[in-house]
Amino acid sequence: MSAATTWTVASIQTALRAKKVSAREIATEFYANIDRRNPDINAYLTLSRERAFAQADRVDVATACGEKLGPLAGVPIAVKDVISTAGVRTTCGSKILETYVPPYDATAVARLEKAGAVILGKTNCDEFAMGSSNENSAYGPVRNPVAMDRVPGGSSGGSAAAVAAGMAVAALGTDTGGSIRQPGACCGVPAMMPTYGRVSRYGLIAFASSLDRIGPFATNVADTAAIMSVIAGHDENDATSAAVPSPDYAAGIEQAIQGLRIGVPEEYFGEGIDSQVKEKVLAGIALLEKLGCKRVSLKMPHTEYAIATYYIVATAEASSNLARYDGVRYGLRVPGATLIDMYRKTRERGFGAEVKRRLMLGTYALSSGYYDAYYLRAQKVRALIARDFTEAFQKVDAIVTPTAPTPAFKLGEKTSDPLQMYLADIYTVTGSLAGIPGISVPCGVTKEKLPIGMQILGPHFSESRVLQLARAFEKAGGFTI
Amino acid sequence: MTISREDVLRVAELAQLELTPEEAELYRGQLDEILNYIGKLQKLDVTNVEPMTQMSFNSAEAAASSSASPREGEPDLREDKLRPCNIADAVLEQAPDAAKPFFRVPKVIER
Repeated sequence: MSAATTWTVASIQTALRAKKVSAREIATEFYANIDRRNPDINAYLTLSRERAFAQADRVDVATACGEKLGPLAGVPIAVKDVISTAGVRTTCGSKILETYVPPYDATAVARLEKAGAVILGKTNCDEFAMGSSNENSAYGPVRNPVAMDRVPGGSSGGSAAAVAAGMAVAALGTDTGGSIRQPGACCGVPAMMPTYGRVSRYGLIAFASSLDRIGPFATNVADTAAIMSVIAGHDENDATSAAVPSPDYAAGIEQAIQGLRIGVPEEYFGEGIDSQVKEKVLAGIALLEKLGCKRVSLKMPHTEYAIATYYIVATAEASSNLARYDGVRYGLRVPGATLIDMYRKTRERGFGAEVKRRLMLGTYALSSGYYDAYYLRAQKVRALIARDFTEAFQKVDAIVTPTAPTPAFKLGEKTSDPLQMYLADIYTVTGSLAGIPGISVPCGVTKEKLPIGMQILGPHFSESRVLQLARAFEKAGGFTI
Repeated sequence: MTISREDVLRVAELAQLELTPEEAELYRGQLDEILNYIGKLQKLDVTNVEPMTQMSFNSAEAAASSSASPREGEPDLREDKLRPCNIADAVLEQAPDAAKPFFRVPKVIER
């Protein structure tokens, strides 16, 4: 482990303000660590050194001039490669966008830089964020820094691995069915999916528009909250962003959690869960009880339908969203005799196997004769799953579950069986479908030293409470329980 | 068997994908397995359930869990005002075949 791994948002702010270190020195330190570790881990696809050092120099000039620094001044951050960065290649982990350079920044990226953050580069991910292991990237898999023969989870595997390996202080990922929380669990770092609409998606390259969200990875809960405070809030460039005021999550992080009712749904501890995961998460819940929370047993009867519902809704939306990759306006073009021929050859060569599989599934679910049986029915079941949560949150303040049924699996273990891969998201897709916020926090390790994640879910726009629970859990030693 | 080879080829055509025969066979088997799994949705009674077509928020719930109250009414639409957007050249630079100010594509009229 290099010294780079010890920096946090808070320690960087203190050191910069005390002039003990410059933003340029911090960025240099992180790039040195990336140069050393990334060839093995493959977390980054593109490094934005020029942009990063220009930003670091701006921070250092501001420091020298005695100007007020932003809350993330000099903080090195990695950005998942489905989020647009002006002038920095953005591939979505796909060959179809291998040379694509966006003409504008995503709002989340612009807000990070405005707060002083230094964007180090773009992180590897499953192609168009479709996957649970990062093995669907066209640019090779990411290795889990904790166990190099294992996957980092997905689809934001590069972001999770970059933070876990000290190649960034924090990272942005995206979550559609678990793609922030599950890799956070696999790599042993806190990872938050905000409420749908809480963080602007302007500049996020769409996968499934009723589900996609941007959220942070960090090494501790306070840093997670600090990133959230900067990226959250209404944006007039995103019609789905909610006009709800977002509090200063970082400031409220230490608020007491005593008396909060935490729901434990029995459906999340049934068939298919690894016994060590179950044991540690139950120990985590016991710790929250010890901290003054009241445990309430819950039944959420539609949980078992969530994966089926998700894979209809998400693929149907993807089949529409990914229609734009046709070789006309950007990205790959494979010449063809006719326009249709060009579309088909371009898409055949540009998309990988999982993307094609999902486009086929989504197209099938929307096609004439199957729409009612699949898509419409899935939307109705989605309403039932959301209702399970609405009813639960009348009885409890938060819900605590495992993040994933197993720890990180071996590279190649599930690649030949798409359905088994989909089931890795069994505990995360529910919150995605309901639109609620959730965080995965580390909750000890298995005998093999593999990280285990515990998920805390709250009602819409309750990120403050979710973060307070996570912080109290962290402070009481829950991460290493 | 839920999905036939003909179904796969028809769906591929709708999705503008040109599959190799091997891909068609692979996807047939995998989609069949996935659709069989998804078939569990047919067991649920969804009579009188309104489909959730988009994410929408109950503002009372938002108010209850956030310190300040949200603005009333949704969706939040901005004023329909023209704003300069001078990125046409930057956008065309990304085009595989541009003839400014156009994207050039194979002929579509004569088929």
